[in-house]
Amino acid sequence: MHVKKGEFAFLTGHSGSGKSTTMRLLHLVERPTEGEVRITGYSSDRVTQRDVWKVRRRVGFVFQDFRLLPGRTALENVAFVLEVTGTARKQITPRAQRLLAQVGLAIKAGQLVHELSGGEQQRVAIARALANDPYVLLADEPTGNLDDRATRGVMDLFRDINASGMSVLMATHDLEIVRRYPSARVFELDNGRLVYDSAES
Amino acid sequence: MYAIREALGAFKRAPVLTGLASAMVGLALSVVGLFGLATYNLQLALTAIEERVEIAVYLRDGTSQSDIDLAQTSLSQMPEVLAVRFVSKREALERAREEMKDFRELFDDLGENPLPQSLQVTLRPGDRSREVVERISAAAMTYPFVEDALYGREWVDKLFDLQRIGGATAATLGSAFGLVAALIIGTALRIAIFARREEIYIMRLVGATNGFIRRPFLLEGAIAGLIGGVIAWGLTWGTYRGVYAFLFKVAWIPGSWIIAGLTAGAAFGAIASALAIRRHLREV
Repeated sequence: MHVKKGEFAFLTGHSGSGKSTTMRLLHLVERPTEGEVRITGYSSDRVTQRDVWKVRRRVGFVFQDFRLLPGRTALENVAFVLEVTGTARKQITPRAQRLLAQVGLAIKAGQLVHELSGGEQQRVAIARALANDPYVLLADEPTGNLDDRATRGVMDLFRDINASGMSVLMATHDLEIVRRYPSARVFELDNGRLVYDSAES
Repeated sequence: MYAIREALGAFKRAPVLTGLASAMVGLALSVVGLFGLATYNLQLALTAIEERVEIAVYLRDGTSQSDIDLAQTSLSQMPEVLAVRFVSKREALERAREEMKDFRELFDDLGENPLPQSLQVTLRPGDRSREVVERISAAAMTYPFVEDALYGREWVDKLFDLQRIGGATAATLGSAFGLVAALIIGTALRIAIFARREEIYIMRLVGATNGFIRRPFLLEGAIAGLIGGVIAWGLTWGTYRGVYAFLFKVAWIPGSWIIAGLTAGAAFGAIASALAIRRHLREV
């Protein structure tokens, strides 16, 4: 399975088919027992646990359960990634502001994340994922906890992000969403194996 | 800079948790503080008694002044000796009168002064050990005009035994209390960090290095330790005032001990945090 640069791809399959595991492998949260994971030029065979941060800085990740830092504002959550990568202090706040504006949340920047709606939290998470200018955006069931409207908002954002040249790989079991994007590439997993690839049929 | 802001932010975001950790550290350290207070006072008491360790070198009647001067000079040249004072027969009698008032009449009835003249040898602090006392009395005894050299062997022996026992007890109990305090501090900070493991995972997931994640936690641990140390200081001070006012006079522990305690608290907090966070850094 290989996702090209600039591609928009869905990873589908029943629950338990291995979508999340695949995403966790790509994020180097888990390591392959056999085979190799290659992402943004790094190989799972070579990157040590101490150095995974190097990979993670080149990959944006969006989770089903948002994974925002609790007790902090939307702005702080985005700014945190910039702090992590050693961005100059003066640039952090303006850049975080701009990222939030990009996902349409400029006016909610000062709000604590747990006071935001699910859709808004996910958009903060997307802004955070974009903070490092990643090569790839990985999203594991990003709409799993969202209603239709919020889902559409998130999907529109993904499309815009992809249009700017970033690869997007999104795992979802929701075929409705997949159908709405006929141009996207689709992989299907079953029981941990790749059973369908739209590029090969 | 970032680490400092983060560490302070943690106290703001989770005041109950960090407050409880500090309180636990404080209680644990105050046990050590009270023990220190007790030990220090015991040590002061023993030192006060120790100051009375001295050697009386009794001289035969009719010893010439030059012999006395010679003995006095050579004894005071020994490195452990603080001072050598000559006590004449008359002064000895005066003293005896002072110290034993009940027998004053008896002294008055004496035709001739029976008390010997003597040299009173006091020792430098830190050199008042049994060996030194014995060596100096032996040295004094080598002069032919010295009748006897006495230092109250029995009570000096008892004092030194008491000091040994006291020292051993303090060391044993002290390390036991210290260990218990360390375990409590470790546990408290472990709980505080466990509550925030999710935060640590997220930091790892967005590409923070371990050092970057660790630093604010270390600082936070140090601050919690320091606050705990101040709480312990307060509790010990309160106890000291209470004992002083209602029971008996005691001395307050020296400032250097307090600074050492606070430093130890802060260092401990940092170390305990480092150990507690290690596990979580490996997980994701």
